[in-house]
Amino acid sequence: MSILDVTNPVEPFLRTDRMPHIWCPGCGIGTTVNCFARALIESKIDLQSLALVSGIGCTGRVAGYVKLDSFHTTHGRAIPFATGLKLANPKLNVVVYSGDGDLSAIGGNHLIHAARRNIDLKVICVNNLIYAMTGGQTAPTTPGHAITSTSPYGTCEPAFNLPHLVEAAGAVYVARWTTFHVKQLARSIGEAFQKKGFSFIEVISPCPTLYQRRNKLGDGLDTMKYYKEKSKVKHGAPTSEVGLTMTGEIIVGKFVDRDRPDYQSLLHAQMVESLGECYVEPSETVCSCS
Amino acid sequence: MVERCKACGFCVEFCPTKVLALSSAFNSKGYHPPHVVAPEKCSGCDLCGMYCPDFAIYGQRLPMVREEAPAGTVVANLEVGRES
Amino acid sequence: MKADPRGVLTGTHFLDGDHACCEGALAAGARFAAGYPITPSTEVVERFASRVPKVGGTFIQMEDELAASITLQGAVWGGAKAFTVTSGPGFSLMMEHIGYAAMTETPCVFVDVQRGGPSTGLPTLPAQADMMQARWGSHGDYEIIALCPNSPQECFDLTIRAFNFSEEFRIPVMFMMDEVVGHMTEKVIIPPADQIEVVPRRKTRKPVEEYLPYGTNGDGVPEMAHAGDGYKFHVTGLTHDEHGYPNMTPATQDKLVRRLQSKIHDAIDRITLLEEECLESEDIVVVSFGITSRVAQRAVEMARERGLKVGKLRLITCWPFPEKRIREIAATTKAFVVPELNLGQMVREVERAANGKAKTFSVPHAGGSVHRPEDILRVIVEASR
Repeated sequence: MSILDVTNPVEPFLRTDRMPHIWCPGCGIGTTVNCFARALIESKIDLQSLALVSGIGCTGRVAGYVKLDSFHTTHGRAIPFATGLKLANPKLNVVVYSGDGDLSAIGGNHLIHAARRNIDLKVICVNNLIYAMTGGQTAPTTPGHAITSTSPYGTCEPAFNLPHLVEAAGAVYVARWTTFHVKQLARSIGEAFQKKGFSFIEVISPCPTLYQRRNKLGDGLDTMKYYKEKSKVKHGAPTSEVGLTMTGEIIVGKFVDRDRPDYQSLLHAQMVESLGECYVEPSETVCSCS
Repeated sequence: MVERCKACGFCVEFCPTKVLALSSAFNSKGYHPPHVVAPEKCSGCDLCGMYCPDFAIYGQRLPMVREEAPAGTVVANLEVGRES
Repeated sequence: MKADPRGVLTGTHFLDGDHACCEGALAAGARFAAGYPITPSTEVVERFASRVPKVGGTFIQMEDELAASITLQGAVWGGAKAFTVTSGPGFSLMMEHIGYAAMTETPCVFVDVQRGGPSTGLPTLPAQADMMQARWGSHGDYEIIALCPNSPQECFDLTIRAFNFSEEFRIPVMFMMDEVVGHMTEKVIIPPADQIEVVPRRKTRKPVEEYLPYGTNGDGVPEMAHAGDGYKFHVTGLTHDEHGYPNMTPATQDKLVRRLQSKIHDAIDRITLLEEECLESEDIVVVSFGITSRVAQRAVEMARERGLKVGKLRLITCWPFPEKRIREIAATTKAFVVPELNLGQMVREVERAANGKAKTFSVPHAGGSVHRPEDILRVIVEASR
């Protein structure tokens, strides 16, 4: 094997004709994509039946860089689009890859309903605590007292505790890691692929250009060192206790891993009970077009 | 791949055996990409590859002794480990 | 190709427009609907929810119209023919996603059973005041096709047309009903499946290396692939090139939006559906659509009884607006009379197309009921002076 035969395992998953990507130096989104690629390799998922749906924002751009059937949809609506995709073709493995603002602000309603229904989606939420793409505005996840472009004197709103929110809404798998925890993140993503139902993995990531810079928290590397130093792995921690602050402890780990029937199982069971033999499975005739 | 690097420093910092350091060379965007300073210490763990947000570097342990790759081209693309 | 008989309720029925629309969708091959309840449209999806589990498909009631309007598009990319149903307030919420469907060329149908507006307005009473919104409601330059049925039978027949147009042109089609057509019950004849033509999805057969998701073909409509087919394609609402990749430059923008426009404009003769009656050298031509056309019919008869030379043009396709036909008629007629259940929307298009060659008279109505024939007659008489 010569040097030139060696390739980065992430390369086959990238649209190399679109490299380099637009993310800033020190941004963690690319790191999460590495973990995603590793999880795909490890879990031996059939890439042909994997679809990735994203929303708008820096993380939303992941859809354009991965070599999969990928859909860059509207702001906040990746989850309902993904729901339609999954229901029309249940054989698809559908991943939603989007940011904290997209998923929990404008997309918040869809987030909680998909979790409630337990739609079989794997949601990777890259949380950089800010609206990065549009220039660093306050997000529902921005910790208190942070300076942002729309809170120039510091935020005063309490921030969402996303693991708590999605657990309460009904998610069956909830984990949080940071971009420092590359191995654990890859493993969590792999576990989510084995899980039927609504899985939510939050990844805390730096936005050195906006969030960290405006709050004088250093650059990407400083932030990674902060993640390394201040993260505490607490598997199974009560999600009510994992809220974030600007410079405080970051509780990471797998918080929720439970079993609930997913939406399609529930629908099927209900239809069979009500209609018996009259029920016609959707997958038989859903592609009514060729 | 050298061209993809934005000198964020993640690979240098988180290599468990401190194989890398930022070089004084420049890529065309003006960044200092990393270079291998201690190849014998590379265990092929590929943490550098997992951390790199720009998909610019990757580490693997090769089964045989290798010459150093020509500087400036492949060096920042991959690391070469040697069997001890 | 012929309709799938499993979705065709062949026979003679007594249905209201909403129910007939649902049957039309099933006959057209729709097997997915995402909806949100809103009067007076809800019956369409209520019937679909009841019918589709026995035909083989999915209905999901989403948490809002924002979700419904994009969930159906996810289903389209997953392989289904899909639609949603709404009225004014929901239609407003769906606008962003109508634009997304136009931009990504997602074939789908949006049914708007129009009611009094603006805002909450008159939930149970008719209007035709969303006509301009159907055309221009979303931001940016894009095209849609809008069809207006005037009877439950047409709610069945034209819904099939709507789906067929959406597949042929990869475009969102607005099915503009109104509360009266939706809630009136009439005889609806549903033919056998082998007498119903449906247009299949324009799927690509190209090998993976050659396929361009937004590559232009002769008619400007790209071939489509579904998620899971192995093409690993990208779809985005950003201005994109033939690969589907974001390419945000003026040159790409120009090429893309002009093609989105020309794929419709070049085929306008095929898309324009009109019903004409006595249009040779009449003094007055009454231009109407939807439920108003039924009242206009009576007004035209009354005018003829008085000796006036009146023709009737019914717009079945409201968008793209049939300007060519209006221009032709304007050359040989004195005036257009345009009754509609709004304060003057389609009349503007008639006036624009007539370009001064014939006068244009609006017969507005704020909504809440249909015109009385006398109201339209009065304007016909005035126009003939």
